[in-house]
Amino acid sequence: MTDVVTRPTRTLGALLTATRGNGRLHWTDVFTYIYLVLGVALMFGPVVWLVLSSFKTQAGLQEFPPTLLPLGQISVEVEGYDEPLPLFEVTFEDGTVKQMAQVRRVGIMAQMVDPDNPEERIQVSINDREPIREMSIAWENYTKPLETFNFLTYLNNSVIVTAAATLITLLINSMAAYGLAIYEFRGRNAVMLFVIGTLMIPITIILVPTYLVVTQLGMVNTLWAVIIPGCATPTGVFLLRQYMLTIPRDLIEAARMDKASEWQIYWRIVLPLSLPAIAVLAIFSVMWRWNDFLWPLIVLNRSEVYTLQIGLNAFQGELNVQWHFVLAMTVVALIPVTVVFAFLQRFITTGIASSGMK
Amino acid sequence: MALDDVSPPEPVTLTDRAKAAAAWPIRLLATILDVPFRFLQRIFGIGAMPYFFILPNMLFFGTFVVLPLFINFAFSVTGGTNLFLADRPYVGTEQYEFLATCANHFDPATCREDRFWRGIYNTMVFVTFQVSLMVLFSLITALILNRDIRYRGFYRAAFFFPVLLSPVVVALIWKWILLRDGVLNAGLVGMGLERILFFVDPQWSMFWAIFVSIWANMGFYTLILLAGLQAIPPDLYEAAEMDGTKPERVFWRITLPLLWPNMLVVIVLALIKSVQVFDEVFVLTGGGPGTATQFIVQYIYTTGFSSQVQNFGLAAAASVVLGVVLFVLTLLQLAVVRRRDQG
Repeated sequence: MTDVVTRPTRTLGALLTATRGNGRLHWTDVFTYIYLVLGVALMFGPVVWLVLSSFKTQAGLQEFPPTLLPLGQISVEVEGYDEPLPLFEVTFEDGTVKQMAQVRRVGIMAQMVDPDNPEERIQVSINDREPIREMSIAWENYTKPLETFNFLTYLNNSVIVTAAATLITLLINSMAAYGLAIYEFRGRNAVMLFVIGTLMIPITIILVPTYLVVTQLGMVNTLWAVIIPGCATPTGVFLLRQYMLTIPRDLIEAARMDKASEWQIYWRIVLPLSLPAIAVLAIFSVMWRWNDFLWPLIVLNRSEVYTLQIGLNAFQGELNVQWHFVLAMTVVALIPVTVVFAFLQRFITTGIASSGMK
Repeated sequence: MALDDVSPPEPVTLTDRAKAAAAWPIRLLATILDVPFRFLQRIFGIGAMPYFFILPNMLFFGTFVVLPLFINFAFSVTGGTNLFLADRPYVGTEQYEFLATCANHFDPATCREDRFWRGIYNTMVFVTFQVSLMVLFSLITALILNRDIRYRGFYRAAFFFPVLLSPVVVALIWKWILLRDGVLNAGLVGMGLERILFFVDPQWSMFWAIFVSIWANMGFYTLILLAGLQAIPPDLYEAAEMDGTKPERVFWRITLPLLWPNMLVVIVLALIKSVQVFDEVFVLTGGGPGTATQFIVQYIYTTGFSSQVQNFGLAAAASVVLGVVLFVLTLLQLAVVRRRDQG
């Protein structure tokens, strides 16, 4: 118990006195910690606000100024009324305070009733009463879009696209990388040059012709249209090939002596040894595919094939935005990357820092 | 066969069993693919195998990247609203001329295709502010994270987190904050100020477009700069400290010159990405109010795919223009990376 009490002070003290080593507090030390605290608030704050808001009821979201936590008004069952009535705290002229339920509101006056004495109705000015509230979490924000709207389909589509695209990407990229790393063959340098040269061709400049190709292949409005075109990533080939170059050739020669086929050498020797690089590419690919937006926006025009991102965009673009659903579904879209981030953060950051790619 | 010794031993624990169960479809796939590859090897010999290994990737790549790159030109010199090239009449450079015609090139309102030119000007404004501010803040953040601070891993993770979020999520997070009844306006009202309708005002919309895209992407560039800072040999700093050099001087004389190659890489990478701005801003502002935050890629998207008459030719011509810009930037990037890696 004492440990819990003393630790924050110790760390806070260390935090404030962490100096450049000569004991004096330089202005840069102060600046550093102000910057870091503000930075963390700015980076996490909006996300926390989104998550908190996503649990509010529709009425709670319309409140201005907004409350921090999801609160809901308490309702009570009153004898003689079919519906539960909202509960208020009414201040009378003589200063007494009483909990009463509202029957109806007319202009600035409200008809109130005492739950213990349902016969008698009292007229109260709406300025003399305060709603009584408690924490109430609107789980229906999450369940309803999944049940009644198509969000379960969108979620499903996103998972299919991400999984299938990542598997295909890993397979064909690692095969190409293996071919380019292990063998000496005519045209290898040309292919390598080609891979590097096309590393930077973004989808933004070939939208129209790629759409034509996808249409000709009959893939428009199927998930294949999103899965296939992005699979042959030069980034992945390059990343894996650089890693495979470090694999000792003796291993491969030894396997050939043992009459292993080239496919077995690829599958049983080179792939297992390249696992760190493959993991980095797998994480990248999952991120790319889960977050993909512009290309799916173009080739997916029917709501049965929408991915989560496209579904969210369509839902927030409606005339009357149902923010309580939009916020909850945004949280759903955010969960997988956050989980990946929480567990593989170090892996991702070193992957990016060493390859300079995203 | 000796290779069988390499294969994993029989599963023993429950997690091992689960892993084996999850891996078996992949194993099956590998076993199935082994058959055609063995067959090919028997017929063509080992010398031909690398071609078969790179073939699938090149096939995909050729079909969906290289081929489109050429078809793009075909689209840009033909007219009409048909998608299929055989049905499109040849119009020569008409699309390009249509895009380029302006009475006064500094005033988009006088252009025949004013949305295109507004897109260009908006993109130029966006790129100028976004790239310079992002590089500045990435540098400051990297310098701070490179200091001897506690919980560095946590702070680094915090600044990096938004990079992983999808553009739609990023835009919706901020849209929710910036709405008329959003929490930012509640703060303004709470301080006794007037509410601001951010998405009705062109300048505010542009400001938030820039702000949000910096928020979402800064962590990536911070990471590259941090790696660069950590590669600077510490004995240089020790020597400077022994000489009693002031920290400011250390920054200008040691840190910045040695970090400069990485800075250049970051600047060019940020430029390439910034010119193609679309996702976050499209969801955040929809290009509005009016055309205040409509950028080039949105022009291509709207012209080719989301307007009543799908003008593929015009969209293709605009993307050729964008492609040329990106090509120049990419050459710049290759030069900069090469210079950095040669030290």
